[in-house]
Amino acid sequence: MFKKMTPAQKTEAKWGLLFVAPTIIGLIVLNFYPIFNTIYQSFCKTGDFGKGNTFVGLANYAKVLQSSETWQSLWNTVKYAIIEVPFGIIIALVLAVLLNKKIAGRSIYRTIFFLPMVCAPAAVAMVWKWLYNTQFGLLNNIFHTNVAWISDPKIAWISIGVIGVWSIIGYNMVLFIGGLQEIPGDFYEAASIDGAGGFRQFFSITVPLLSPTTFFIVQTRIIGALTIFDLMFMVMDKTNVALKKVQSIVYLFYQYAFTNGNKGYGATLVVLLLVFIMIITVILQQVEKKVVYHN
Amino acid sequence: MEGAEARAKRNLVITHIVLIIMAFIMLVPFAWMVLTALKTNQESISVNPFYIFPHNGWHWENFGTVWKSYNFIVLYKNTILMIFFRVLCACLTATMAGYAFGRLKFPGKRVLFSLVVTYLLKTGYEGLPKELEEAASIDGCSVPGRFLHIMMPLTRSSMVSLGIFTAVFAFKDLMWPMIVCTNANTTTLSAGLAKMQGQYGSEYPTMMAAATLAVLPMVIIYVIFQKQFVEGIATSGGKL
Repeated sequence: MFKKMTPAQKTEAKWGLLFVAPTIIGLIVLNFYPIFNTIYQSFCKTGDFGKGNTFVGLANYAKVLQSSETWQSLWNTVKYAIIEVPFGIIIALVLAVLLNKKIAGRSIYRTIFFLPMVCAPAAVAMVWKWLYNTQFGLLNNIFHTNVAWISDPKIAWISIGVIGVWSIIGYNMVLFIGGLQEIPGDFYEAASIDGAGGFRQFFSITVPLLSPTTFFIVQTRIIGALTIFDLMFMVMDKTNVALKKVQSIVYLFYQYAFTNGNKGYGATLVVLLLVFIMIITVILQQVEKKVVYHN
Repeated sequence: MEGAEARAKRNLVITHIVLIIMAFIMLVPFAWMVLTALKTNQESISVNPFYIFPHNGWHWENFGTVWKSYNFIVLYKNTILMIFFRVLCACLTATMAGYAFGRLKFPGKRVLFSLVVTYLLKTGYEGLPKELEEAASIDGCSVPGRFLHIMMPLTRSSMVSLGIFTAVFAFKDLMWPMIVCTNANTTTLSAGLAKMQGQYGSEYPTMMAAATLAVLPMVIIYVIFQKQFVEGIATSGGKL
């Protein structure tokens, strides 16, 4: 390949390869290697006290797939996504539409809504855990209720989802504002001349023209929600009775791989989650072709 | 029938009411964090009467106590170092690869590019006029010289975006530092908070003072550079 090149082209090719090398090496070390290593580990039993891995074939898979804990955690993860994704998106869209007009205090509102995005989830979760405290928490004391927000298995998953929604609204909103600004203003002008009201304009112009942005947010948020870990880890104590009904797949992975030292079992959970995310991605791509408006 | 003007005014009022309620919901957890941090232990768990504001004086010294007893100086130092190296690596690799994919010809370019998912900077380099480099090339400027002196400075704003994005996500990361830095002297703010909660979770003013200290620097920087932050995170995130 190099032979046909002029000296100048050769130099350019040499520098080109040199310049992409750090990125490619990073990709191999930080992405490809961990993925293959995880798949390899899922076929192994981790030896006790630092002893090497022993190959156990599909034994981990048999255990993971037969355990009701696995399916419960997968369901918990899906339930979290069912709260975070739609509510995080609908509220963000409403706010984006309101803030897309020239109104007083626009940048102050935007700064406030986006604030959770620059805060460590560990700190955010600690604060919410305190707000949710049954005895001394702000929520129960303000509303004179006695709800076990995070230790009642029937409610805890919703409470965790609320923290997720609160944390992500600002980010989704900023992406929506970006999408809204790409819609040409004359579309709305033409519609108002034809007598279309605000709601009609929203559903016939905004919704279809915004669909690529919406779809992008839906896709990234579904994947983000399915890999949720921090909130569960920080809010749910290990002694919390609702833990089994709230813990996500990644939380379960962390417990097995790093608290119990069973890397093989943990790796199998990760492979299961990867397969699940791949299936969801394929379904989403099919949906995209039908739903998203391309002009 | 009401006039168009009256209707517009009513809509504006409704818009502000919705926005103010939402802003209030967003700010309550932060306010409660700081207010709790300023109370005594006893006061934080007094229910009858229930105080919103600190009642027995504002205990600013809680911050100093937490700062010393949890060695926040070490946590800050570790977090800053971690962010610095992650931003440096991300910007350096991305700008070099962006330039190569955007401007140079080399074997295997298409295959390699298909492996790399993120490309914020490639489009930045592609958009620059060809004449800039051609003139320098005629003057005998080499590939790395053209890159360093002419092209790279022109993509500074995308680099800033990528840098902010990387910094914020490095700061928020919890699981990775918990796995890698098990020692209290090498851990970051996020992982440090997790450890503190495990040990002293029921001393609420202490925990809230620690949470405040952990988020405050990033919040201050964000409020000052909010435009760059919002744009940086949105554009980098939007192109992942």
